[in-house]
Amino acid sequence: MEAHALRTFAQIKATVHELGQSIVAAHANDVDQQARFPHEAFAALRSERLLSSYVPANFGGDGLSLTEVSELCRILGHYCSSTAMIYAMHQIQVACLVHHGQESTYFSGYLRRMCEEQLLLASATTEMGVGGDLRSSICHVEVEGDQFTLTKQAPVISYAQHSDAILVTCRSHKEAPASDQTQVLVDTAKTKLTPLTGWDTLGFRGTCSAGFTLEAQGHKDQILPTPFSVVLAHTMHPVSHLTWGSLWTGMAQGATNKARLAVRDMMRRSDELPQVTALRLAELDEVLFSMKGGLAGAMQAYQAMLDSNNLFQAEKYGFAIQVNNVKTRCSEMVVDVVSKALQIVGIGGYRNDGKYSLCRELRDAHGAALMVNNDRIRGHNATMQVVVKES
Amino acid sequence: MYQERIRSIVAKSVKLSKDITDIQDSDDLYSVGLTSLTTVNLMLSLEDEFDIEFDDNRLSRQTFESIAALNDAVEELSA
Repeated sequence: MEAHALRTFAQIKATVHELGQSIVAAHANDVDQQARFPHEAFAALRSERLLSSYVPANFGGDGLSLTEVSELCRILGHYCSSTAMIYAMHQIQVACLVHHGQESTYFSGYLRRMCEEQLLLASATTEMGVGGDLRSSICHVEVEGDQFTLTKQAPVISYAQHSDAILVTCRSHKEAPASDQTQVLVDTAKTKLTPLTGWDTLGFRGTCSAGFTLEAQGHKDQILPTPFSVVLAHTMHPVSHLTWGSLWTGMAQGATNKARLAVRDMMRRSDELPQVTALRLAELDEVLFSMKGGLAGAMQAYQAMLDSNNLFQAEKYGFAIQVNNVKTRCSEMVVDVVSKALQIVGIGGYRNDGKYSLCRELRDAHGAALMVNNDRIRGHNATMQVVVKES
Repeated sequence: MYQERIRSIVAKSVKLSKDITDIQDSDDLYSVGLTSLTTVNLMLSLEDEFDIEFDDNRLSRQTFESIAALNDAVEELSA
């Protein structure tokens, strides 16, 4: 394996900012207008070996902590929400393999390959007929000899056709109940994807979150050894909400920066502090402050579990509620922040062109609460709130 | 020693995919139909039946994953 010089997190962050300002931002509008995959951004992320940032160094990755990877999601969120969202979704799948696959010869080999070839991972969790419930599957993996086959009707597989592999949830065998689930890593090139629905949406248009009938086959070693219920509680659930919360905070930060730029330009023109808009900017930053604070608290709690190698703590209802709160609050506050930024910027923000435009940001922001519906998450929290003594 | 009473509560509060008599004490209840939501019903019913209170530290998957684990929890809480 080719040796790669170790780089510091500060260097990695600087690279992501650099890519963000140049390639990612330059293509963000076209990605949005065409509702297409951000090819340029991902070619650049691959060439800088940023798809393996969460993979431990002994496999060839950068071995960043989850806090650090989330920071990269936040930075990308400044420049292109779709790119940041895809990057976050990829990292969620990577974390599932890093936390739950290292014991397996197949998956440890796959992690090495992922680093060498900078593979992009997608996921197929929801299924037609289960009403968005991640913890239920209809389809199952059929193992015969050392081979498996798997067919799934997936209403959403984000960037499926642009991925190298897809992590698919399904029942663990033909007779298994809906909740006895497992994950199978299928090779996209060997998988038949028949389109079910397209992806022509208000925002996050570049994630290409279309629906497909997925028909896959492969070797039974591609079945992740840990039950999905454990992977979800220990990794997928916290990592999803924390990386998403981070990129939404990045989007909010980007909008706040535009509002600040507008207020500063107003001040330059008049030589006076624009009283009302400056006050609104101060208020806007308070919302952003709460967003960052809530996210940081939950991030710290989860990072401590990772650092002490005690992911069983993530099963606690108190923590699950906290992580769900990150999702519901950050996804709603990002709309609030972008809307407040629009009020500050005025007509320049309402225009689709020009340096103050906030149109794409506003459309994207509305997706955060809907793409995994907040009401469903609040429903889970409502049930858990009944039994915990203190949150 | 509370297994039988726990079994009848599990059978009532959880939509099980097989008969409660076919479930061993050590079987994973989450793989036979227990979900995070039905865990709450189960917990409340156990609290009523045994006049106990589950503290926040016990509110996790491990506590509810099998009849044996539930028995341990009930024994400790009613001690």
